[in-house]
Amino acid sequence: MEEVDVEPTITNIPAISDGKHMGFAWGPGDILVYETRYKASGASGSGCSFIHEIRKDEDIYSPILRKLFNESHHIFVGLQTIREDLPSKSKKPQFVSISKNYRSVIRACMEELQQVAVSTKNTELATQCGNQVSILLAIELIWNLCEVLFIDAAPAGSLLLHLLDWVRLHKADVDEKAREVLQSESPAEHRDYWDVVVSYVLQGRLEEVRQMLVKQANLQPAARSMYKQMDTLLSKMPFYNPGGTQTLTEFDVKWRHWHEDVDRCLQDNSFASNRHLELICKILLGDEDTLLDHKELLGTWYHFLVTRLLFCHPTVKLTELHYYAQSCMTMFLDSRSVPEPLDNILLAAFEFDIHQVIKECSIALNNWWFVAHLTDLLDHCKLLQSHNLHFGSNLREFLLLEYASGLFTHHSLWQLAVDYFDHCPEFGRVYLELQIERVPLETERKALKVLRVCEQRQMSEQVRSICKIMAMRALRNNRLGSALSWSIRAKDAAFATLISERFLQDYCAKGTFSDLDLIDNLGPAMLLSDRLTFLGKYREFHKLYGEKRFREAAKLLLSLMTAKIAPQSFWMTLLTDALPLLEQKEVIFTADQTYELMFCLEELTSSLNITASSTDRPMQEEDVEVTKVELLRLALARNLAQAIVKEGTVEI
Amino acid sequence: MNIFFSNSKDNRISIWSIGSNLSTGMEDGFEGDPQLLCEHKHDGDVLDLQFLDQDRIVTASSTGAVTIFRHHQNSQTISVSQLWARAHRYPCDNAPCTGVVCSSPEIVTVGEDGRIVVFRADQEGVVRVIENADSSTIHAVTYLRTTEILTVNSIGQLKLWDFRQQSNSPSQILSLSGDRVPLHCVDRHPNQQHIVATGGQDGMLCVWDVRQGNTPFSLMEAHTAEMWEVHFHPTNPDHLFTCSEDGSLLHWETSSHSDMPSFLQGGRNSSMVSRSAMAPAGGKQPLISAWLSGDSSKGRLETTHMLPSQTLSVNSLDVLGPCLVCGTDGEAIFVNRQVPV
Repeated sequence: MEEVDVEPTITNIPAISDGKHMGFAWGPGDILVYETRYKASGASGSGCSFIHEIRKDEDIYSPILRKLFNESHHIFVGLQTIREDLPSKSKKPQFVSISKNYRSVIRACMEELQQVAVSTKNTELATQCGNQVSILLAIELIWNLCEVLFIDAAPAGSLLLHLLDWVRLHKADVDEKAREVLQSESPAEHRDYWDVVVSYVLQGRLEEVRQMLVKQANLQPAARSMYKQMDTLLSKMPFYNPGGTQTLTEFDVKWRHWHEDVDRCLQDNSFASNRHLELICKILLGDEDTLLDHKELLGTWYHFLVTRLLFCHPTVKLTELHYYAQSCMTMFLDSRSVPEPLDNILLAAFEFDIHQVIKECSIALNNWWFVAHLTDLLDHCKLLQSHNLHFGSNLREFLLLEYASGLFTHHSLWQLAVDYFDHCPEFGRVYLELQIERVPLETERKALKVLRVCEQRQMSEQVRSICKIMAMRALRNNRLGSALSWSIRAKDAAFATLISERFLQDYCAKGTFSDLDLIDNLGPAMLLSDRLTFLGKYREFHKLYGEKRFREAAKLLLSLMTAKIAPQSFWMTLLTDALPLLEQKEVIFTADQTYELMFCLEELTSSLNITASSTDRPMQEEDVEVTKVELLRLALARNLAQAIVKEGTVEI
Repeated sequence: MNIFFSNSKDNRISIWSIGSNLSTGMEDGFEGDPQLLCEHKHDGDVLDLQFLDQDRIVTASSTGAVTIFRHHQNSQTISVSQLWARAHRYPCDNAPCTGVVCSSPEIVTVGEDGRIVVFRADQEGVVRVIENADSSTIHAVTYLRTTEILTVNSIGQLKLWDFRQQSNSPSQILSLSGDRVPLHCVDRHPNQQHIVATGGQDGMLCVWDVRQGNTPFSLMEAHTAEMWEVHFHPTNPDHLFTCSEDGSLLHWETSSHSDMPSFLQGGRNSSMVSRSAMAPAGGKQPLISAWLSGDSSKGRLETTHMLPSQTLSVNSLDVLGPCLVCGTDGEAIFVNRQVPV
């Protein structure tokens, strides 16, 4: 077995007392645990009658996160339908926009969770929502970086601009502070004023810096020239314009010139009298020590990384990133020894180790949503080498299957999971076949939806099994019509036979048919099973008799026996039904028909005689049977006589 | 301010409001999110719901219960006003209640147990029960006249029940000959009480005339999967809406030409014109509604898809005025405020 990457977490089950042995059983998304009586030594202890259900993934039951699952399902299905044969140049913008869609869904959920966390009075709910918000923030951060590095994969020049956007998006507190400062009476004298200015510089938002500095300049007319100089420096900083005509080399040259200008200013001690402006100057030069002095303003090592790149190496290429990333992280984090999981994930992303990113995310998160969707998108961008796992199929499919299996345990999200299984070519169908049979079917409507899924995918085994479950349930509740309609849907002849037997038993017991509306209107479904056909025809016989169409009724009755549609066990009843017809004044059965009836009776009695010698049957029953047979014989003989006479008579 | 109710799979009843501002700049009728006003827990899945009056709705639950909820407009809350816990049941199990229809204060419900139960709002007990009304599941119910209801079941039959009669058997049974396709929904024409539309498992839309014969008047292929709901537009009955498991919502619009002189034809009002033109001409000829033109090629029948893209199953819809609301299995509600009727 492979080594484990992390130590497994231990979960204590409070209800089970210390030291007891536990038994367990795996479920689709959870595990059932119970206390056993086993004791390592000594007599067996007392048991406990509780079963505990332990679930790893609570997220699917969160009402707000459900939106995430539903929306991302929509995006996922859209992604699968992008045509494969388009050239990759036109596909890239599509992939980027899909990635942005995913991210906007994450953000929408985050905002809603944040609202709930702030407005609720329930502290437990507030903490839970708060936790979920931070997880989603981290997820969006990682996804955004993956989009920048892997999917968009911009060339040098644009790359830095994208990274700048990334950092700015995830450092919202600067704007809040700035708002606070600007709304105060004298912004330039606010205690956070310089913090805001420096933060803006660190983020490369030089326009805002200039606007802020103007306020300060107005307060210090004496230093006006110094501020003017700084303003000039700031305005002259070149930013690469991807859509412009300037090439990268031209930009680089321009940037170096500017960099030299700034350096000269520093060497000249132009800003020596104002420590703040000198600080800004040093930052513009990308001085590491100065940057590291402002760790609290930077907040994270990746902010440090991007700032350093901005002011030292704006033409950084994708392939060069990882040198800077590693060193920046080491420099920034040397007070703490152990980097957090998020840091490792981001570092792995900068190092272009996609598999490591996915692996670390899988370990850190308790829900497969993020890794499944991200991997799927990266796979579509053809960025994952076909990395075959030791088990199962490739990585993308493995993650999607895990995610979808988790969804299937939910009472209504299972419908989303079906689409995910559809897009897993190797094992999706098998998984679906196994899972779909285990969806609990409380209402007929749900059963119909499940059946529709199965029928669309030609899963006939599952259709039959589900219909049988519904039919058995209906039968148990005495809903014979429902049971029959389920067996018709499954084309299950055996079950239809079972239901007909029930009807016939009811008839024998009560003497009348129940559920006439069903039997009278069977239609072509009658042909599904022999017994069902018999039932329909037998009912027809009764109807004909009721309408006094005796000849036709007689013919039908006879054909039921001779064509062997009727089961032998029922022949006695049929023959007894024939009695009133035989006893009629008018001769109904012809001589031939009478002979046939007699033949049937003989067949019946001879087969009965063979089995009748058991002594289990009470005497009265035997008497009744014998009397019936005698009556029949008499009636048949009389009818035969009359028929022969009638047929032999010639009308003159 | 339009209000609609929704039932969610989390088993809650929610009330939403959609603002009545139809700003001129809106091209896509789906703009503007509905606002959630209030919600309440519900035991079991809500399989059907109907307005009883201005403030109250009745819901049919998968646990077999029938509940009346009251919406308090002032405090924007919902409370349970009345509950019949086991309106539909099996001897040892719960039977889902599948359909409910009201004509205040009377409420009629049907369920998987094949019973029809009549309640009265504000009265504790059951007013009338028709036991064993059907040997299969009754899927939907609608009023035909004040004392008559129509039910559809899972062996493809329409049954007419007359409450004035004391017997427990239907006064009329209509069905399609041939395959017994389960019928899932039924709706009656708002003005002409003999015209009824049904939808079934195979997605076919059938229009029936309950006075004549016991087979449908016309059959139209509508959807590729079960049709869950069919609704005539309440004020403009030339429009019909159907929604289905296949994720589409269709808007049917009929206007019939008939063989009349051309000077009487023309324009969208042709259905109005045809009615008045035919009556004096024939004298004995009955008023033929556009829906009963039999051959759908003779009448003009237009269908349009109402939803922008493929979604999961559309389970339910309702329409009032120019406003259409529907809900899908993807837990999304679509509101269209500019339905062309």
